[in-house]
Amino acid sequence: MTYIAKPKFHHPGLKKNELGYTHRDYEGKISTLCAGCGHDSITASIIEACYELSIEPHRVAKISGIGCSSKTPDYFLGNSHGFNSVHGRMPSVLTGANLANRDLIYLGVSGDGDSASIGFGQFAHSIRRGVNMTYIVENNGVYGLTKGQFSATADRGSKSKKGVTNTDNAIDLVAIALQLGATFVARSFSGDKSQLVPLIAAAIGHKGASFIDVISPCIAFNNHAGSTKSFDYVREHNDAVNRLDVLVGRDPIAVDYAPGTVQVVEQHDGSKIALRKIDADYDPHDRLGAQTFLARHAAKGQIVTGLLYVDPDADDLHAHLNTVETPLNSLEADTLCPGSAALDKFNASLR
Amino acid sequence: MKPTDIAAPDYFHKVVDCQWACPAHTPVPEYIRLIAQGRYSDAYMINWKSNVFPGILGRTCDRPCEPACRRGRVEETPVAICRLKRVAADFKDDIKQRLPHPTAKNGKRIAFVGGGPASLTVARDLAPLGYHCTVFDGDPEAGGMMRTQIPKFRLPNSVIDEETGYILGLGVEFKGGHRIESMKALLAEKYDAIFVGSGAPRGRELDIPGRKEAATNIHIGIDWLASVSFGHVDKIGKRVIVLGGGNTAMDCCRTARRLGGEDVKVIVRSGFEEMKASPWEKEDAIHEDIPILNFLVPVAFVHDSGRLTGVTFQKVKAEYDAKGRRNLVPSGEPDQTFACDDVLVAVGQENAFPWIEQDCGIEFDKWHMPKVDPKTFVSTNPKVFFGGDAAFGPKNIIWAVAQGHDAALSIHKMLSGEDITERPLPEVQISSQKMGIHEWSYDNDISNDKRFKVPHRDKVIALKDIRTEVELGYDVKLALGEAHRCLNCDVQTVFSTSLCIECDACVDICPMDCITFTDNGEEADLRQRLKAPSLHPDQDLYVSSDLKTGRVMVKDEDVCLHCGLCAERCPTGAWDMQKYLIEMTQAGSTCPTKSRSAA
Repeated sequence: MTYIAKPKFHHPGLKKNELGYTHRDYEGKISTLCAGCGHDSITASIIEACYELSIEPHRVAKISGIGCSSKTPDYFLGNSHGFNSVHGRMPSVLTGANLANRDLIYLGVSGDGDSASIGFGQFAHSIRRGVNMTYIVENNGVYGLTKGQFSATADRGSKSKKGVTNTDNAIDLVAIALQLGATFVARSFSGDKSQLVPLIAAAIGHKGASFIDVISPCIAFNNHAGSTKSFDYVREHNDAVNRLDVLVGRDPIAVDYAPGTVQVVEQHDGSKIALRKIDADYDPHDRLGAQTFLARHAAKGQIVTGLLYVDPDADDLHAHLNTVETPLNSLEADTLCPGSAALDKFNASLR
Repeated sequence: MKPTDIAAPDYFHKVVDCQWACPAHTPVPEYIRLIAQGRYSDAYMINWKSNVFPGILGRTCDRPCEPACRRGRVEETPVAICRLKRVAADFKDDIKQRLPHPTAKNGKRIAFVGGGPASLTVARDLAPLGYHCTVFDGDPEAGGMMRTQIPKFRLPNSVIDEETGYILGLGVEFKGGHRIESMKALLAEKYDAIFVGSGAPRGRELDIPGRKEAATNIHIGIDWLASVSFGHVDKIGKRVIVLGGGNTAMDCCRTARRLGGEDVKVIVRSGFEEMKASPWEKEDAIHEDIPILNFLVPVAFVHDSGRLTGVTFQKVKAEYDAKGRRNLVPSGEPDQTFACDDVLVAVGQENAFPWIEQDCGIEFDKWHMPKVDPKTFVSTNPKVFFGGDAAFGPKNIIWAVAQGHDAALSIHKMLSGEDITERPLPEVQISSQKMGIHEWSYDNDISNDKRFKVPHRDKVIALKDIRTEVELGYDVKLALGEAHRCLNCDVQTVFSTSLCIECDACVDICPMDCITFTDNGEEADLRQRLKAPSLHPDQDLYVSSDLKTGRVMVKDEDVCLHCGLCAERCPTGAWDMQKYLIEMTQAGSTCPTKSRSAA
């Protein structure tokens, strides 16, 4: 880790967003992760996405569990709300917070251990309930904090740093998320910010459960030959189905591409994303097709990245529960608890 | 772009903006670090080797380094490099033992015309090599314009005595009060080489009506300053007008304030902003209640049968033609007359070589300046060299020093039978500053402090005595604070392409967004694709060779803080912080390596 604070000076020509902030204003404390950690690039991508979307930092709640990945919310959005929860319990804390205050933007940051092992159930239920959130898994396939044991996402047949071959089957969180009904599913790579930043921005704009699996090489324990989560391996096997070239707020999109190669997706909040197809046959609105595509490519050892599935008309948990528009935490006590007369009346209605 | 050749000494030299801008190329960050460590004598010696007069320059230098300082592009003000130099001089111990010891004479004799900064620099470089150096000067003591033209309240005699003394102590013979009146006679004395460092000794005249009639109270600035310096003049009228907008004018007006001038004004032709005087010298003058009036062209001295009563000015305004050139045109307002008792004329200086005969083999150009090679400083007579103001007209001390070093090198090469047009490359020492995983042998924690002000003596006391120095200099604590503002630009970010795994850690951590990984292209195109806009195209791009993904690393050197975070966050050591100590090769360097041609 670095002992000095990141200098306050910034480039004099830095652009400012609509709020008058530079991307430096979205930073947090200096990272204490190992030098070169992929997670730091995801941190930088979240900073960049929030800056580009001109998000007011006080409107974001960043919630995490335990692990290298779950330390990262300390390194971005230093002026946002945060909750560093128990191992694997980020999804339930996030769900609770979201129910209490639906007005915030929820960023769930987790790792492969936090979400695919100890918190696997939590992950599953937050997705299937359609909590309005951006759920980011910083996936390095290894338990970095405990010195490099295989995690549940490590591919069968991949080798540990010590040369041991993994004999367990891997959990593909993207496949699970698709199966559980996530309405925005993507995979990306920490070493490809041009793909990752717009994906995060689009996920934040999505109403419903957005899930992004980000392959993030562990420099210390999982960046060797034989690993399937190393920089070299991911770069060699990356099969991007599409790229988000443009993502603009509510402005009309004007993209200059050959017809048929660009697909404009309008999101629930009116924002639009322009998707440049790389694989002409890939349709990001086809959940079943996505699942098949993913399985077929995984069998070939390819890592499919890009926006894999999106349902622009998705609803979230609040719609399912028919809660009031006003955040629950803003309701006055007499509204939240209208008294015994109201309770009696309600009970009577059920008899 | 082609990969940057960091082995070329100029590449990293340019990154050290201050050192690159300094005519003598003083290793500025190196001495500032030594000051921060309290090693004042070491800091002084680095300066002494490079610029010869650290105590003098630390008070009077025109500071070309400061406008160049990277800190000035990162925040509002550059590091106070000049005044830190003075700190080294003020707090050093006795350094006499560190000076070169006079060696056995090599039998070769060199004559110096004029005992100012240029001549003394050449003599300092050559005397330790065994040359017999004889310096002739019309004034009784060494120092030239540093002694005669710079007022004592800016530069006390003790400092001049000390630093000229170090040079004369190397066995240099000084013949004071011995003005050279004939080059021919000097050549006849069969010196092996002659160096002319006689300065630009003549103040420019202002020939307007009344000049002759009122001559008693109209003084040429530099001559008047010299008279004050030698104690021949010790008073002036109550109302004084100084004509001219250069540093000499500032010295004149502030001197006048100390010799009885109560109502002293500076009146300049140009606008205030375009004045030649350094901004801080104007500031100091204004602080001493001296107004500076601009856009006034003197048209006549007003006198009452020979007694000066005032000066009449035409009011002008600036107009710019299609090419952006400024013309001063009459504004149409009526002329204005300012009453005064004395006028000091400081409208420029000129060279004068009445003592160089036509048939000495020294050719002059149409401006009556000697034809001097700008690299070797040799004249058309291969044994006669020029330097300082005598070579290319009035400049500052630091230029005289820089030219002196080059001329000394030429003289030494000539007298060693070498080709003087072959100029040696600077000496470069490279060393990694890595001490531990996150420890560096320099202070990489960037200070957020604003520039510290140099304490001044109380104005009432300062104005009472012309020999009382106004600036008190930094104390140790202020010096430490100011030294910490230095960004250590000589500790370079060195990139090894083969080690890079393109993890982006350096890009993510860099506080100044200096680093971009992108596809290669032509420079103009690359500059458009950087992570942060390229604001200064004169600042180089550091480009790597092709990386594994086919991209290149591009670093805009412009506002790099040299904080080393890229190297700290690099998992493979592809970035390293390496100190490049670049010292110009001087006469007698024992390590001649590759050389470049003077042309």
